[in-house]
Amino acid sequence: MSALPILGVWLGGLALNLWLARFETRATRALVAAIFGATIILLWEMIVRIYGVPTVILPAPSLIAQSFAANGSILWTDFVQTILKGALTGWLIGAAAAVLTAIAIDRSPFLQRGLLPIGNFVAALPIVGIAPILVMWFGFDWQSKAAVVVVMVFFPILVNMVAGLRATDAMQRDLMASWAAPYGAALWKLRLPAAMPFLFNGLKITTTLALIGAIVAEFFGSPTRGMGFRISTAVGRLDLPLVWAEIVVAALAGTLFYGLVALIEKKVTFWHPSQRT
Amino acid sequence: MTEAALNAPVPRRLRIATGDLLPILTVLLVIVAVWYLGAIRMNASWERDQAARAGIELTLPDLIGRTLTQDRPVLPAPHQVAVGLWEGVAGQPVTSRRSLVWHAWVTLSATLAGFAIGTGAGILLAVGIVHSRSMDQSVMPWAVASQTVPILAIAPMVIVVMASAGITGLLPKAVIAAWLSFFPVLVGMVKGLRMPDAMQLDLMRSWSASRPQQFWRLRLPSSLPYLFASLKVAIAAALVGTIVGELPAGATAGLGARLLSGSYYGQTVQIWAALFAAAILAAALVALIGAVERVTLKRMGLTQ
Repeated sequence: MSALPILGVWLGGLALNLWLARFETRATRALVAAIFGATIILLWEMIVRIYGVPTVILPAPSLIAQSFAANGSILWTDFVQTILKGALTGWLIGAAAAVLTAIAIDRSPFLQRGLLPIGNFVAALPIVGIAPILVMWFGFDWQSKAAVVVVMVFFPILVNMVAGLRATDAMQRDLMASWAAPYGAALWKLRLPAAMPFLFNGLKITTTLALIGAIVAEFFGSPTRGMGFRISTAVGRLDLPLVWAEIVVAALAGTLFYGLVALIEKKVTFWHPSQRT
Repeated sequence: MTEAALNAPVPRRLRIATGDLLPILTVLLVIVAVWYLGAIRMNASWERDQAARAGIELTLPDLIGRTLTQDRPVLPAPHQVAVGLWEGVAGQPVTSRRSLVWHAWVTLSATLAGFAIGTGAGILLAVGIVHSRSMDQSVMPWAVASQTVPILAIAPMVIVVMASAGITGLLPKAVIAAWLSFFPVLVGMVKGLRMPDAMQLDLMRSWSASRPQQFWRLRLPSSLPYLFASLKVAIAAALVGTIVGELPAGATAGLGARLLSGSYYGQTVQIWAALFAAAILAAALVALIGAVERVTLKRMGLTQ
């Protein structure tokens, strides 16, 4: 009998979505996605309550929300330590280094042909593994986390930027040449703007990588704050609602970070076909 | 945002041309040279300390020789890592706990199990999404949004929670690997299954092909290039997930556990050897899928 309300909510959400999906407008599309998410959370809450799932295995969403509200200051310090200091600093340094490297090797096809395959190869490797080494070198504080993030984001952005700098076609370059544009002007006015869609693709991929690097590096040693530290110690104390609250923060930060980069992309590459609607 | 994420330009090179060999080797050589210089620089201060304490004057060649043969260097030199890797692979019986082959096998089995689960689930869900509009509108936004969430960071928690529920061994790691390889496959497969254009679909309809026939004979074959591209991403992600899943203190087997114990005991050579073992494993897995891709696409006549 206890399964009936769960089934009811599920079927209700399903029927509503099946009906709404027939309209195909912007509003209903957003609504369908929202209903799907809400149904999942509702089902989660009901299953946990009705079947008495132990908090250790899966805390109810309401408990997580309570923990989120109660531990605001802890979550904020962790956010500053891990996201702002570790991930964001590292991401900015890594992105700047990758872009500058791409521009520096721009005039040497030889170096590009050598670096691109290696960059592609390294981008597929489990780079998080260098976290213990970098924690040894740079100490426990956020500097070592930023260093891990720098290494993690460098190669994907480099590969994308190098590909982007090649993205102009011969006609456009000929036009620049016929205007007697020097290398610098051609780079600044034609090839850098043309590389932006590629660059932003790399930047968007690496937002998640940056968060992952910063959090995972904290498992190898950290001061007594930070999201990775909090997750591992809270798991040790079986304070699962706090762990989940940290996960919510990580999810929000990740989405926000991605959204921010996507927003800047929209402003910068407004001319690109994928941005026109 | 979702459309932009899916349509973004993705640079992909398929093969290393033979003409690229010289540049690649040059860059590799530069990397090794920088590595040696770095090893000498970073290990030198400890050696100078030791020499000052013992009251000996170190000549430069002496200093360089010592920095490259330290027992626990800050940065081990390439040849030390190579020796560590060789000892771990060939110097031990395969069943030994010090054998890298054994640890790599523990990691690989969890990776493959998770990869199989994740890929299967991703393909099934993609088929559902392509055929049901409400599923597409419900699931896809969340699937794309979930890409921005650092799922990997909670991997250790999954391990601990599942251990407290009595599930240990291969399965918890496989769950993380599956979760990570699921999304690339889902996104790539949805894109691939949607590839046939209206003309091709119309042709199928004019032959009065049923929906299963349309699926098996048109949609599935035309999705394969996308599937293989995402499989390569997925297997690399699965391996990373497994390794991170091996990090919590309880784990004693696998490349991740090897990294962690190396970092606890300051065994830098062990860390680097494990790291390179993981890199070789990742490269081998990606190359394997690449080989299957080439053979399959060639037989389908999609590539030369």
